[in-house]
Amino acid sequence: MSAVSPTVALVDAGGANFASVRHALERQGARVRLARDADALRGAQHIILPGVGAARPAMALLRERGFDAALRAVEVPLLGICLGMQLLFEHSAEGDVQALGILPGRVEALPASAGVRVPHMGWNSIWPTRPAPLFEGLPAGVAMYFVHGFAAAHDEACIARCVHGRPFAAAVQRDQVFGVQFHPERSGAAGARVLANFLRVAPP
Amino acid sequence: MLTRRILACLDVRDGRVVKGVRFAGHRDMGDVVDLARRHRDAGADELVLYDIAASPRGTCADPAWVARVARAIDIPFCVAGGIRTVAQARTLLNAGADKVSVNTPALERPALIGELAEAFGSQCVVVGVDSRRDADGEWRVRSHAGDPAAMRALPRRTLDWIAEAQALGAGEIVLNCMDSDGTRDGFDLVQLRAARAVCAIPLVASGGAGRAAHFAAAFRDADADAALAAGALHDGSLDLRELKRALAESGLPVRLS
Repeated sequence: MSAVSPTVALVDAGGANFASVRHALERQGARVRLARDADALRGAQHIILPGVGAARPAMALLRERGFDAALRAVEVPLLGICLGMQLLFEHSAEGDVQALGILPGRVEALPASAGVRVPHMGWNSIWPTRPAPLFEGLPAGVAMYFVHGFAAAHDEACIARCVHGRPFAAAVQRDQVFGVQFHPERSGAAGARVLANFLRVAPP
Repeated sequence: MLTRRILACLDVRDGRVVKGVRFAGHRDMGDVVDLARRHRDAGADELVLYDIAASPRGTCADPAWVARVARAIDIPFCVAGGIRTVAQARTLLNAGADKVSVNTPALERPALIGELAEAFGSQCVVVGVDSRRDADGEWRVRSHAGDPAAMRALPRRTLDWIAEAQALGAGEIVLNCMDSDGTRDGFDLVQLRAARAVCAIPLVASGGAGRAAHFAAAFRDADADAALAAGALHDGSLDLRELKRALAESGLPVRLS
Protein backbone atom coordinates (compact mmCIF):
# COMPACT_ATOMS: atom_id res chain seq x y z
CA MET A 1 0.00 0.00 0.00
CA SER A 2 1.09 3.54 -0.61
CA ALA A 3 1.84 5.58 2.50
CA VAL A 4 -0.81 8.21 1.78
CA SER A 5 -4.30 6.89 1.21
CA PRO A 6 -5.27 7.74 -2.33
CA THR A 7 -8.32 9.76 -3.24
CA VAL A 8 -10.70 7.92 -5.48
CA ALA A 9 -13.44 9.72 -7.33
CA LEU A 10 -16.53 7.56 -7.62
CA VAL A 11 -18.64 8.64 -10.57
CA ASP A 12 -22.34 8.86 -9.76
CA ALA A 13 -23.92 7.52 -12.92
CA GLY A 14 -27.25 7.01 -11.18
CA GLY A 15 -26.45 3.35 -10.62
CA ALA A 16 -27.51 1.65 -7.48
CA ASN A 17 -24.21 0.08 -6.44
CA PHE A 18 -22.07 3.07 -5.60
CA ALA A 19 -22.65 2.54 -1.86
CA SER A 20 -21.21 -0.96 -1.95
CA VAL A 21 -18.29 0.14 -4.14
CA ARG A 22 -17.62 3.01 -1.77
CA HIS A 23 -17.60 0.70 1.25
CA ALA A 24 -15.28 -1.73 -0.51
CA LEU A 25 -12.83 1.08 -1.32
CA GLU A 26 -12.98 2.36 2.24
CA ARG A 27 -12.17 -1.14 3.47
CA GLN A 28 -9.00 -0.74 1.37
CA GLY A 29 -8.18 2.47 3.20
CA ALA A 30 -8.99 4.73 0.25
CA ARG A 31 -10.53 8.15 0.63
CA VAL A 32 -13.61 8.23 -1.56
CA ARG A 33 -15.16 11.27 -3.12
CA LEU A 34 -18.57 10.94 -4.74
CA ALA A 35 -18.42 12.83 -8.06
CA ARG A 36 -21.79 14.17 -9.12
CA ASP A 37 -20.32 16.28 -11.93
CA ALA A 38 -17.16 16.37 -14.02
CA ASP A 39 -15.55 19.10 -11.87
CA ALA A 40 -15.47 16.68 -8.95
CA LEU A 41 -13.03 14.45 -10.88
CA ARG A 42 -10.25 17.04 -10.61
CA GLY A 43 -7.37 16.05 -8.38
CA ALA A 44 -8.47 12.45 -7.96
CA GLN A 45 -5.67 9.88 -8.26
CA HIS A 46 -8.05 7.17 -9.41
CA ILE A 47 -11.51 7.21 -10.94
CA ILE A 48 -14.10 4.48 -10.73
CA LEU A 49 -17.20 4.30 -12.87
CA PRO A 50 -19.55 1.89 -11.15
CA GLY A 51 -22.89 0.95 -12.54
CA VAL A 52 -25.94 -1.10 -11.99
CA GLY A 53 -28.91 -0.47 -14.19
CA ALA A 54 -29.48 0.06 -17.86
CA ALA A 55 -27.07 1.58 -20.38
CA ARG A 56 -29.38 4.21 -21.88
CA PRO A 57 -30.36 6.12 -18.71
CA ALA A 58 -26.80 5.82 -17.42
CA MET A 59 -25.33 7.36 -20.62
CA ALA A 60 -27.97 10.11 -20.58
CA LEU A 61 -26.99 11.01 -17.03
CA LEU A 62 -23.25 10.90 -17.81
CA ARG A 63 -23.79 13.33 -20.71
CA GLU A 64 -26.04 15.59 -18.68
CA ARG A 65 -23.37 15.88 -15.99
CA GLY A 66 -20.53 16.42 -18.44
CA PHE A 67 -18.85 13.14 -17.60
CA ASP A 68 -18.69 11.86 -21.18
CA ALA A 69 -16.06 14.36 -22.34
CA ALA A 70 -14.30 14.37 -18.97
CA LEU A 71 -13.92 10.59 -18.81
CA ARG A 72 -12.57 10.45 -22.37
CA ALA A 73 -9.89 12.95 -21.32
CA VAL A 74 -8.83 11.51 -17.93
CA GLU A 75 -5.15 10.92 -17.38
CA VAL A 76 -5.38 8.88 -14.19
CA PRO A 77 -6.25 5.19 -13.84
CA LEU A 78 -9.92 4.60 -14.60
CA LEU A 79 -11.88 1.48 -13.67
CA GLY A 80 -15.35 0.70 -14.98
CA ILE A 81 -17.32 -1.88 -13.01
CA CYS A 82 -20.09 -3.97 -14.60
CA LEU A 83 -22.27 -1.51 -16.54
CA GLY A 84 -19.44 0.97 -15.98
CA MET A 85 -17.12 -1.32 -17.96
CA GLN A 86 -19.70 -1.72 -20.73
CA LEU A 87 -20.00 2.06 -21.06
CA LEU A 88 -16.28 2.31 -21.85
CA PHE A 89 -16.97 0.77 -25.26
CA GLU A 90 -18.37 2.46 -28.38
CA HIS A 91 -21.85 1.07 -28.36
CA SER A 92 -24.21 -1.02 -26.24
CA ALA A 93 -26.98 -3.16 -27.64
CA GLU A 94 -28.83 -2.56 -24.37
CA GLY A 95 -31.12 0.25 -25.48
CA ASP A 96 -29.06 0.63 -28.71
CA VAL A 97 -27.01 3.44 -27.20
CA GLN A 98 -23.77 5.20 -28.13
CA ALA A 99 -21.43 4.75 -25.17
CA LEU A 100 -18.22 6.57 -24.18
CA GLY A 101 -16.05 5.10 -26.92
CA ILE A 102 -12.90 5.00 -24.78
CA LEU A 103 -12.35 1.38 -25.86
CA PRO A 104 -13.11 0.04 -29.33
CA GLY A 105 -15.90 -2.46 -29.69
CA ARG A 106 -19.51 -3.15 -28.92
CA VAL A 107 -21.43 -4.63 -26.04
CA GLU A 108 -23.95 -7.29 -26.99
CA ALA A 109 -26.63 -9.28 -25.19
CA LEU A 110 -25.51 -12.61 -23.77
CA PRO A 111 -27.53 -15.27 -25.57
CA ALA A 112 -29.52 -17.67 -23.43
CA SER A 113 -29.54 -21.33 -24.40
CA ALA A 114 -30.32 -24.67 -22.82
CA GLY A 115 -28.86 -24.57 -19.31
CA VAL A 116 -27.40 -21.08 -19.90
CA ARG A 117 -29.57 -18.64 -17.98
CA VAL A 118 -29.58 -14.90 -18.62
CA PRO A 119 -28.96 -12.78 -16.62
CA HIS A 120 -25.65 -14.46 -15.86
CA MET A 121 -25.91 -14.41 -12.09
CA GLY A 122 -23.53 -15.91 -9.59
CA TRP A 123 -19.89 -16.83 -8.98
CA ASN A 124 -17.92 -17.83 -12.04
CA SER A 125 -14.24 -18.47 -12.73
CA ILE A 126 -12.13 -15.93 -14.56
CA TRP A 127 -9.09 -16.84 -16.61
CA PRO A 128 -6.42 -14.21 -17.26
CA THR A 129 -5.40 -14.10 -20.92
CA ARG A 130 -2.24 -12.12 -20.30
CA PRO A 131 -0.36 -10.80 -17.25
CA ALA A 132 -2.15 -7.75 -15.87
CA PRO A 133 -1.65 -5.68 -12.72
CA LEU A 134 -5.34 -6.06 -11.81
CA PHE A 135 -4.92 -9.78 -11.17
CA GLU A 136 -1.61 -9.76 -9.39
CA GLY A 137 -1.62 -12.32 -6.58
CA LEU A 138 -4.76 -14.07 -7.78
CA PRO A 139 -4.82 -17.62 -9.14
CA ALA A 140 -6.23 -18.41 -12.59
CA GLY A 141 -9.77 -19.69 -12.26
CA VAL A 142 -10.60 -17.66 -9.17
CA ALA A 143 -14.36 -17.10 -8.76
CA MET A 144 -15.87 -13.63 -8.99
CA TYR A 145 -19.47 -12.51 -8.62
CA PHE A 146 -21.29 -11.62 -11.85
CA VAL A 147 -24.77 -10.19 -12.41
CA HIS A 148 -25.35 -9.05 -15.99
CA GLY A 149 -27.20 -9.69 -19.20
CA PHE A 150 -24.83 -7.90 -21.62
CA ALA A 151 -21.12 -8.32 -22.21
CA ALA A 152 -18.20 -7.21 -24.33
CA ALA A 153 -16.51 -9.56 -26.75
CA HIS A 154 -13.40 -11.41 -25.77
CA ASP A 155 -11.08 -9.37 -28.05
CA GLU A 156 -7.78 -7.48 -27.95
CA ALA A 157 -8.47 -5.35 -24.85
CA CYS A 158 -9.43 -8.47 -22.90
CA ILE A 159 -7.16 -9.37 -19.97
CA ALA A 160 -9.38 -12.09 -18.49
CA ARG A 161 -12.16 -14.14 -19.94
CA CYS A 162 -15.14 -15.87 -18.45
CA VAL A 163 -17.43 -18.43 -20.03
CA HIS A 164 -21.20 -18.43 -19.77
CA GLY A 165 -22.44 -20.36 -22.76
CA ARG A 166 -19.67 -18.64 -24.70
CA PRO A 167 -16.56 -16.71 -23.73
CA PHE A 168 -16.81 -13.00 -23.03
CA ALA A 169 -14.51 -10.35 -21.56
CA ALA A 170 -14.46 -10.59 -17.76
CA ALA A 171 -11.90 -7.79 -17.62
CA VAL A 172 -10.30 -5.37 -20.07
CA GLN A 173 -7.36 -3.01 -20.03
CA ARG A 174 -5.84 -0.50 -22.39
CA ASP A 175 -3.08 1.57 -20.84
CA GLN A 176 -4.62 3.00 -17.68
CA VAL A 177 -8.20 2.27 -18.60
CA PHE A 178 -9.56 -0.85 -16.89
CA GLY A 179 -12.90 -2.55 -16.81
CA VAL A 180 -14.29 -5.53 -14.92
CA GLN A 181 -17.59 -7.16 -15.79
CA PHE A 182 -17.83 -8.79 -12.36
CA HIS A 183 -18.43 -7.01 -9.07
CA PRO A 184 -15.14 -6.81 -7.15
CA GLU A 185 -17.01 -5.08 -4.31
CA ARG A 186 -19.10 -8.22 -3.90
CA SER A 187 -16.53 -10.89 -4.71
CA GLY A 188 -15.15 -11.50 -1.24
CA ALA A 189 -11.41 -11.49 -0.63
CA ALA A 190 -10.57 -12.05 -4.33
CA GLY A 191 -12.58 -8.99 -5.36
CA ALA A 192 -10.97 -6.92 -2.62
CA ARG A 193 -7.59 -7.86 -4.09
CA VAL A 194 -8.63 -6.60 -7.52
CA LEU A 195 -9.61 -3.23 -6.03
CA ALA A 196 -6.38 -3.07 -4.03
CA ASN A 197 -4.42 -3.86 -7.20
CA PHE A 198 -6.23 -1.09 -9.08
CA LEU A 199 -5.46 1.41 -6.31
CA ARG A 200 -1.80 0.44 -6.64
CA VAL A 201 -1.70 1.39 -10.32
CA ALA A 202 0.29 4.61 -10.12
CA PRO A 203 -1.15 7.70 -11.77
CA PRO A 204 1.30 9.14 -14.35
CA MET B 1 -17.92 -22.47 -14.90
CA LEU B 2 -20.83 -20.86 -13.14
CA THR B 3 -21.08 -22.39 -9.68
CA ARG B 4 -24.27 -23.46 -7.96
CA ARG B 5 -25.03 -21.02 -5.19
CA ILE B 6 -25.96 -21.57 -1.56
CA LEU B 7 -27.99 -18.72 -0.12
CA ALA B 8 -28.23 -18.19 3.61
CA CYS B 9 -31.54 -16.66 4.61
CA LEU B 10 -31.84 -14.59 7.79
CA ASP B 11 -34.98 -13.14 9.34
CA VAL B 12 -34.29 -9.66 10.66
CA ARG B 13 -36.23 -7.44 13.01
CA ASP B 14 -34.96 -4.04 14.16
CA GLY B 15 -31.44 -4.93 13.08
CA ARG B 16 -31.39 -8.23 14.99
CA VAL B 17 -31.54 -11.68 13.50
CA VAL B 18 -34.41 -13.64 14.95
CA LYS B 19 -34.91 -17.34 14.70
CA GLY B 20 -37.41 -18.25 12.06
CA VAL B 21 -40.22 -19.47 14.22
CA ARG B 22 -43.21 -18.62 12.10
CA PHE B 23 -45.81 -17.98 14.76
CA ALA B 24 -44.59 -16.35 17.94
CA GLY B 25 -41.76 -16.19 20.41
CA HIS B 26 -39.00 -15.07 18.03
CA ARG B 27 -35.69 -15.84 19.62
CA ASP B 28 -32.89 -13.29 19.32
CA MET B 29 -29.87 -14.75 17.50
CA GLY B 30 -27.66 -11.66 17.48
CA ASP B 31 -26.84 -8.55 15.49
CA VAL B 32 -27.46 -8.79 11.76
CA VAL B 33 -23.90 -7.72 10.88
CA ASP B 34 -22.35 -10.39 13.12
CA LEU B 35 -24.56 -13.12 11.71
CA ALA B 36 -24.07 -11.93 8.13
CA ARG B 37 -20.30 -12.04 8.66
CA ARG B 38 -20.45 -15.49 10.18
CA HIS B 39 -22.33 -16.93 7.21
CA ARG B 40 -20.05 -15.12 4.78
CA ASP B 41 -17.01 -16.62 6.50
CA ALA B 42 -18.59 -20.07 6.41
CA GLY B 43 -18.92 -19.81 2.62
CA ALA B 44 -22.42 -18.52 1.89
CA ASP B 45 -22.48 -17.32 -1.72
CA GLU B 46 -25.20 -14.80 -1.05
CA LEU B 47 -27.37 -13.65 1.81
CA VAL B 48 -31.10 -13.09 1.80
CA LEU B 49 -32.13 -10.73 4.56
CA TYR B 50 -35.82 -10.69 5.23
CA ASP B 51 -37.20 -7.87 7.37
CA ILE B 52 -40.06 -9.71 9.04
CA ALA B 53 -41.27 -6.59 10.85
CA ALA B 54 -41.78 -4.52 7.70
CA SER B 55 -45.00 -5.90 6.24
CA PRO B 56 -46.93 -6.11 9.55
CA ARG B 57 -45.92 -2.50 10.25
CA GLY B 58 -46.93 -1.39 6.78
CA THR B 59 -43.37 -0.20 6.03
CA CYS B 60 -40.51 -1.58 3.97
CA ALA B 61 -37.26 -3.10 5.16
CA ASP B 62 -35.19 -0.73 7.26
CA PRO B 63 -32.34 0.96 5.29
CA ALA B 64 -30.46 1.60 8.56
CA TRP B 65 -29.42 -2.00 9.09
CA VAL B 66 -29.10 -2.57 5.34
CA ALA B 67 -26.43 0.13 5.30
CA ARG B 68 -24.63 -1.46 8.25
CA VAL B 69 -24.55 -4.82 6.46
CA ALA B 70 -23.38 -3.21 3.21
CA ARG B 71 -20.46 -1.56 4.98
CA ALA B 72 -19.27 -4.81 6.53
CA ILE B 73 -20.06 -7.47 3.94
CA ASP B 74 -18.26 -8.20 0.66
CA ILE B 75 -20.62 -10.77 -0.82
CA PRO B 76 -23.97 -10.02 -2.46
CA PHE B 77 -27.09 -9.70 -0.42
CA CYS B 78 -30.75 -9.40 -1.23
CA VAL B 79 -33.25 -7.55 0.95
CA ALA B 80 -36.91 -8.53 1.28
CA GLY B 81 -39.82 -7.22 3.26
CA GLY B 82 -42.67 -4.90 2.39
CA ILE B 83 -41.16 -3.35 -0.76
CA ARG B 84 -44.05 -1.84 -2.74
CA THR B 85 -42.55 1.03 -4.73
CA VAL B 86 -39.57 1.96 -6.88
CA ALA B 87 -38.70 4.67 -4.35
CA GLN B 88 -38.50 2.15 -1.50
CA ALA B 89 -36.36 -0.17 -3.59
CA ARG B 90 -34.07 2.73 -4.50
CA THR B 91 -33.57 3.58 -0.83
CA LEU B 92 -32.54 0.00 -0.08
CA LEU B 93 -30.29 -0.34 -3.13
CA ASN B 94 -28.66 3.00 -2.36
CA ALA B 95 -28.11 1.78 1.19
CA GLY B 96 -26.05 -1.03 -0.36
CA ALA B 97 -28.39 -3.94 -1.05
CA ASP B 98 -27.55 -5.72 -4.30
CA LYS B 99 -31.04 -6.98 -5.02
CA VAL B 100 -34.52 -6.52 -3.71
CA SER B 101 -37.08 -9.30 -3.44
CA VAL B 102 -40.80 -8.72 -3.80
CA ASN B 103 -43.59 -11.14 -3.07
CA THR B 104 -47.10 -10.11 -1.89
CA PRO B 105 -46.93 -6.56 -3.34
CA ALA B 106 -46.06 -8.04 -6.74
CA LEU B 107 -49.05 -10.37 -6.54
CA GLU B 108 -51.27 -7.42 -5.73
CA ARG B 109 -49.80 -5.28 -8.48
CA PRO B 110 -47.69 -7.26 -10.98
CA ALA B 111 -46.66 -4.06 -12.78
CA LEU B 112 -44.32 -3.42 -9.82
CA ILE B 113 -41.95 -6.05 -11.26
CA GLY B 114 -41.66 -4.19 -14.55
CA GLU B 115 -41.21 -0.84 -12.84
CA LEU B 116 -38.35 -2.18 -10.73
CA ALA B 117 -36.70 -3.86 -13.73
CA GLU B 118 -36.96 -0.66 -15.74
CA ALA B 119 -35.47 1.45 -12.97
CA PHE B 120 -32.64 -0.84 -11.84
CA GLY B 121 -32.32 -3.64 -14.39
CA SER B 122 -33.70 -7.17 -14.10
CA GLN B 123 -30.61 -8.39 -12.26
CA CYS B 124 -31.76 -6.45 -9.16
CA VAL B 125 -35.27 -7.83 -9.14
CA VAL B 126 -36.02 -11.07 -7.33
CA VAL B 127 -39.56 -12.39 -7.12
CA GLY B 128 -40.34 -14.58 -4.14
CA VAL B 129 -43.10 -17.12 -4.75
CA ASP B 130 -44.82 -18.97 -1.91
CA SER B 131 -46.51 -22.02 -3.34
CA ARG B 132 -48.60 -24.92 -2.09
CA ARG B 133 -50.26 -27.88 -3.77
CA ASP B 134 -54.03 -27.58 -3.50
CA ALA B 135 -56.48 -30.48 -3.08
CA ASP B 136 -57.05 -30.62 -6.85
CA GLY B 137 -53.35 -31.26 -7.41
CA GLU B 138 -52.55 -27.79 -8.80
CA TRP B 139 -49.78 -25.65 -7.30
CA ARG B 140 -51.10 -22.21 -6.46
CA VAL B 141 -49.54 -19.19 -4.85
CA ARG B 142 -50.11 -17.78 -1.39
CA SER B 143 -49.89 -14.12 -0.47
CA HIS B 144 -48.99 -12.70 2.96
CA ALA B 145 -47.27 -16.02 3.74
CA GLY B 146 -45.04 -14.35 6.33
CA ASP B 147 -48.04 -14.05 8.63
CA PRO B 148 -50.16 -17.21 9.06
CA ALA B 149 -53.14 -15.18 10.28
CA ALA B 150 -53.13 -13.01 7.14
CA MET B 151 -52.07 -15.67 4.59
CA ARG B 152 -54.36 -16.01 1.58
CA ALA B 153 -54.71 -18.74 -1.01
CA LEU B 154 -54.95 -17.16 -4.44
CA PRO B 155 -56.48 -18.65 -7.60
CA ARG B 156 -53.24 -17.92 -9.48
CA ARG B 157 -51.34 -21.02 -10.56
CA THR B 158 -47.72 -21.07 -9.46
CA LEU B 159 -46.32 -21.96 -12.88
CA ASP B 160 -48.38 -19.21 -14.56
CA TRP B 161 -47.13 -16.67 -12.04
CA ILE B 162 -43.50 -17.67 -12.54
CA ALA B 163 -43.91 -17.25 -16.30
CA GLU B 164 -45.65 -13.90 -15.84
CA ALA B 165 -43.07 -12.57 -13.39
CA GLN B 166 -40.32 -13.53 -15.82
CA ALA B 167 -42.10 -11.84 -18.73
CA LEU B 168 -42.51 -8.68 -16.64
CA GLY B 169 -38.75 -8.46 -16.05
CA ALA B 170 -37.90 -10.48 -12.96
CA GLY B 171 -34.22 -11.46 -12.85
CA GLU B 172 -34.54 -14.37 -10.46
CA ILE B 173 -37.27 -16.51 -8.90
CA VAL B 174 -37.12 -17.86 -5.36
CA LEU B 175 -39.64 -20.69 -5.24
CA ASN B 176 -40.59 -21.45 -1.67
CA CYS B 177 -42.39 -24.78 -1.65
CA MET B 178 -44.50 -24.44 1.48
CA ASP B 179 -45.46 -28.11 1.68
CA SER B 180 -41.83 -29.08 2.24
CA ASP B 181 -40.85 -25.92 4.16
CA GLY B 182 -39.56 -26.74 7.61
CA THR B 183 -39.64 -30.51 7.07
CA ARG B 184 -35.87 -30.93 6.55
CA ASP B 185 -36.87 -33.81 4.26
CA GLY B 186 -35.55 -32.22 1.11
CA PHE B 187 -36.69 -29.78 -1.52
CA ASP B 188 -39.88 -30.38 -3.51
CA LEU B 189 -38.15 -31.74 -6.58
CA VAL B 190 -41.33 -32.40 -8.53
CA GLN B 191 -42.46 -28.81 -8.19
CA LEU B 192 -38.98 -27.43 -8.81
CA ARG B 193 -38.67 -29.44 -12.02
CA ALA B 194 -42.02 -28.12 -13.20
CA ALA B 195 -40.93 -24.57 -12.35
CA ARG B 196 -37.60 -25.08 -14.12
CA ALA B 197 -39.45 -26.04 -17.29
CA VAL B 198 -41.11 -22.59 -17.44
CA CYS B 199 -38.28 -20.56 -15.92
CA ALA B 200 -35.39 -19.40 -18.11
CA ILE B 201 -34.00 -17.02 -15.49
CA PRO B 202 -32.13 -18.13 -12.36
CA LEU B 203 -34.27 -20.31 -10.09
CA VAL B 204 -33.65 -20.63 -6.36
CA ALA B 205 -34.96 -23.69 -4.51
CA SER B 206 -36.42 -22.99 -1.09
CA GLY B 207 -38.19 -25.08 1.51
CA GLY B 208 -37.10 -28.39 2.98
CA ALA B 209 -33.30 -28.16 3.12
CA GLY B 210 -31.83 -30.49 5.69
CA ARG B 211 -28.77 -32.29 4.35
CA ALA B 212 -26.17 -31.98 1.60
CA ALA B 213 -27.94 -34.66 -0.45
CA HIS B 214 -31.01 -32.43 -0.63
CA PHE B 215 -28.99 -29.63 -2.20
CA ALA B 216 -27.30 -31.99 -4.61
CA ALA B 217 -30.73 -33.24 -5.71
CA ALA B 218 -32.06 -29.70 -6.22
CA PHE B 219 -29.07 -28.95 -8.45
CA ARG B 220 -28.85 -32.27 -10.31
CA ASP B 221 -32.47 -33.38 -10.57
CA ALA B 222 -34.24 -30.03 -10.74
CA ASP B 223 -31.40 -27.96 -12.26
CA ALA B 224 -31.91 -25.18 -9.71
CA ASP B 225 -29.27 -22.45 -10.00
CA ALA B 226 -29.19 -21.87 -6.26
CA ALA B 227 -30.69 -23.25 -3.09
CA LEU B 228 -31.65 -21.50 0.06
CA ALA B 229 -30.91 -22.64 3.59
CA ALA B 230 -32.62 -21.16 6.61
CA GLY B 231 -33.83 -23.22 9.57
CA ALA B 232 -31.30 -26.03 9.33
CA LEU B 233 -28.53 -23.46 9.15
CA HIS B 234 -29.65 -21.62 12.24
CA ASP B 235 -30.10 -24.60 14.53
CA GLY B 236 -26.65 -25.84 13.59
CA SER B 237 -27.80 -29.11 12.00
CA LEU B 238 -26.41 -27.92 8.66
CA ASP B 239 -22.85 -26.62 8.42
CA LEU B 240 -22.14 -24.46 5.37
CA ARG B 241 -18.48 -25.46 5.14
CA GLU B 242 -19.30 -29.17 5.26
CA LEU B 243 -22.19 -28.68 2.85
CA LYS B 244 -20.03 -27.03 0.21
CA ARG B 245 -17.26 -29.55 0.65
CA ALA B 246 -19.72 -32.41 0.24
CA LEU B 247 -21.20 -30.82 -2.90
CA ALA B 248 -17.73 -30.28 -4.37
CA GLU B 249 -16.77 -33.89 -3.63
CA SER B 250 -19.91 -35.06 -5.40
CA GLY B 251 -18.68 -33.22 -8.51
CA LEU B 252 -20.94 -30.17 -8.41
CA PRO B 253 -19.32 -26.82 -9.22
CA VAL B 254 -19.37 -24.77 -6.02
CA ARG B 255 -17.25 -21.92 -4.76
CA LEU B 256 -14.89 -23.00 -2.00
CA SER B 257 -13.66 -19.99 -0.05
